[in-house]
Amino acid sequence: MENKPKSACETCSHFNAEGLKKLGVRTVDFDFVIALAGNPNTGKSTVFNALTGLRQHTGNWPGKTVARAEGAFEYNNQKYKLVDLPGTYSLLSTSEDEEVARDFILFGKPTVTVIVVDASRLERNLNLVLQILEITNNAVLCLNLMDEAKRNHITIDTRILAKDLGIPVVPTSARFQEGIPELIQTISELANGKIQCKPHKIKSIPKNIEKSVQELSTAIEKEYPNISNSRWIAFRLLEGDTQIIEALRTGKIANNEI
Amino acid sequence: MKSKINNNIERIIALSEELRWQIGDDFHDNLAESIYADASKIVEDAVIKDNEKAKFRLDAKIDKIVTSKIWGFPIMLFILGIVLWLTIIGANYPSAMLASVLLDTFLPILKNTGEALGFPWWLSGFLFDGVYLAVAWVIAVMLPPMAIFFPLFTLLEDFGYLPRVAFNMDSLFKKSGAHGKQALTMSMGFGCNAAGVIATRIIDSPRERLIAIITNNFSLCNGRWPTQILLATIFIGAVVPESYSSFASLSAVIGIAVLGIFFMFFFSWALSKTVLKGEVSTFNLELPPYRPPVFWKTIYTSLIDRTIIVLWRAIVFAAPAGAVIWLISNIYVGNESIASWTIHSLDGFGFLLGLNGVILLAYIVAIPANEIVIPTILMLTVMVTGIHGGVGEGVMFELDSVTATAAILKAGGWTLLTAINVMLFSLLHNPCSTTIYTIYKETNSLKWTVIASVLPVVAGFIVTFLVAQIWRILIG
Repeated sequence: MENKPKSACETCSHFNAEGLKKLGVRTVDFDFVIALAGNPNTGKSTVFNALTGLRQHTGNWPGKTVARAEGAFEYNNQKYKLVDLPGTYSLLSTSEDEEVARDFILFGKPTVTVIVVDASRLERNLNLVLQILEITNNAVLCLNLMDEAKRNHITIDTRILAKDLGIPVVPTSARFQEGIPELIQTISELANGKIQCKPHKIKSIPKNIEKSVQELSTAIEKEYPNISNSRWIAFRLLEGDTQIIEALRTGKIANNEI
Repeated sequence: MKSKINNNIERIIALSEELRWQIGDDFHDNLAESIYADASKIVEDAVIKDNEKAKFRLDAKIDKIVTSKIWGFPIMLFILGIVLWLTIIGANYPSAMLASVLLDTFLPILKNTGEALGFPWWLSGFLFDGVYLAVAWVIAVMLPPMAIFFPLFTLLEDFGYLPRVAFNMDSLFKKSGAHGKQALTMSMGFGCNAAGVIATRIIDSPRERLIAIITNNFSLCNGRWPTQILLATIFIGAVVPESYSSFASLSAVIGIAVLGIFFMFFFSWALSKTVLKGEVSTFNLELPPYRPPVFWKTIYTSLIDRTIIVLWRAIVFAAPAGAVIWLISNIYVGNESIASWTIHSLDGFGFLLGLNGVILLAYIVAIPANEIVIPTILMLTVMVTGIHGGVGEGVMFELDSVTATAAILKAGGWTLLTAINVMLFSLLHNPCSTTIYTIYKETNSLKWTVIASVLPVVAGFIVTFLVAQIWRILIG
């Protein structure tokens, strides 16, 4: 029987003590790898701390996490390794922190990617979300800082958002532990294949470019039939991303097959 | 098999190159535009914003003031002043209490126990006058200011003030040929230089990142703040009438911090004009919303995570340093101990810099951690200059207040000039070994590590030398 955390208890620090065990830095023998990605300063590290019981340094400024931090939690007898990635606005350029994030989503094979966004700045945050959804299929949107959105009189219809993005959406205020039980539950359902995602793919691309992307991604799929993000690789190749070309040559990309 | 795959892959890459030619250079922009178009469509459907109510934005109002051309810098100095003032005022009492417990109560107990167990003099000396005393001193001198300064700094960080600091300083950094984000890594350096060096990863261009790494040491780190505060309280505060003394010492500490920032700009500029020439890159700095800190949680975590960790590090380095100090003070070559021989040979050079041999030796012993500079100076002064406050071979005396520390330093020949120059040298000397190692790891270059380590010391020698000479000419 599953222990589904009840939200009435969520303000208590023992809220889902039955099902959840915060494992801190003990990251050996895990069943699933969960990546935590998002724009800078959206509270990724706070979500990370709430899930693992660690006290990764948090601070209100963009760029605080530059390396990736790892922690773990156990939920319903399954162990999850959680990786806190540096905050990035995009995955299209090549600064070191962006590379850390991109390489992990691409080559680290996370079972689920939790994309943390600032609910009060959703539009700007979606830029990264849409890019990540091109790379990975299994993701959940953690709509964080709901308290701030409320303060700014912003209301978000999470059901429409979930439908448009094709992934589950969980509103949270990680600083106050709100929504964390629901987030854990969703991560677990995604990891166990109980929720299927149908992520949004970038649509408004000019026709001639779309045609090139199609042609290229078909060629890639022919070479690697199991690859899930051929479209994204096509984007990168068209951009002339030397790292991806190299990864294609060395076969590193192929390890990404599901 | 492998070569066949390689052929296919090469064909894909060739195809991508051909297609890239066909669609032209606009691909990146087109893709970005498509993403934005999709994003705005999604938001249109899912987000409702009550613009009427959202009109009044407190954040924007605050930002207008704290990032204004006129008020930005005064407010920065004012906030720094308040933090330091609280630290100076607040640290004195717990400091006195800790010293009286650790030094007046425990040290005699330990020594008596050692005697009762029949320890030979060298063992009890090594353990208690060396290892224990150094650790006790680090705790008494360093813990109280850290326990106040860190939480206050963390509260500011949580509130969202750091990006505003970066915003204010951006144009100055740009003028000195460095990256604006260096303001953020500089702010991190005010906590810890090693952390500041790691934080430079947010800077994309290698040239600007190197500048940020090399000059991060000019941010006064938390191992050095207490040194500044202590010396300013003892020597600068004493120059003015008592009612102004905390204001005077406060201004002196702020002055040193600002001087550090000045040096950071100066060396950034010098580097970008000489060995690290290049264009300044532009970037977007997001001013995050102000967030009321979760007060008690912040206090708790900063005490546990930062203060205790930094204190532990200091203790780990202080214990062997104490042992070394005791050994070099008690191993004799001829009629002179190694310590006193070294100190006397450094004295001449020290005098030129307005310092003395004890201070220079202390800075060598304290390379692992800036936190132990003052305790090391105190121990060396006591052991070598032979101020005996207590019994026999020991180093017992009271250090139950700032005045007692002052008494030792003055007995060691310190003047106002010495204090000022130690404050300057504390700002301008090599990074601690942890930071040096971090610089090496981040740059992967021996050359830049050496430059980053040596440059500040050279600056320190020059500045203290000039100050000492001018002081002696003008004041005597």
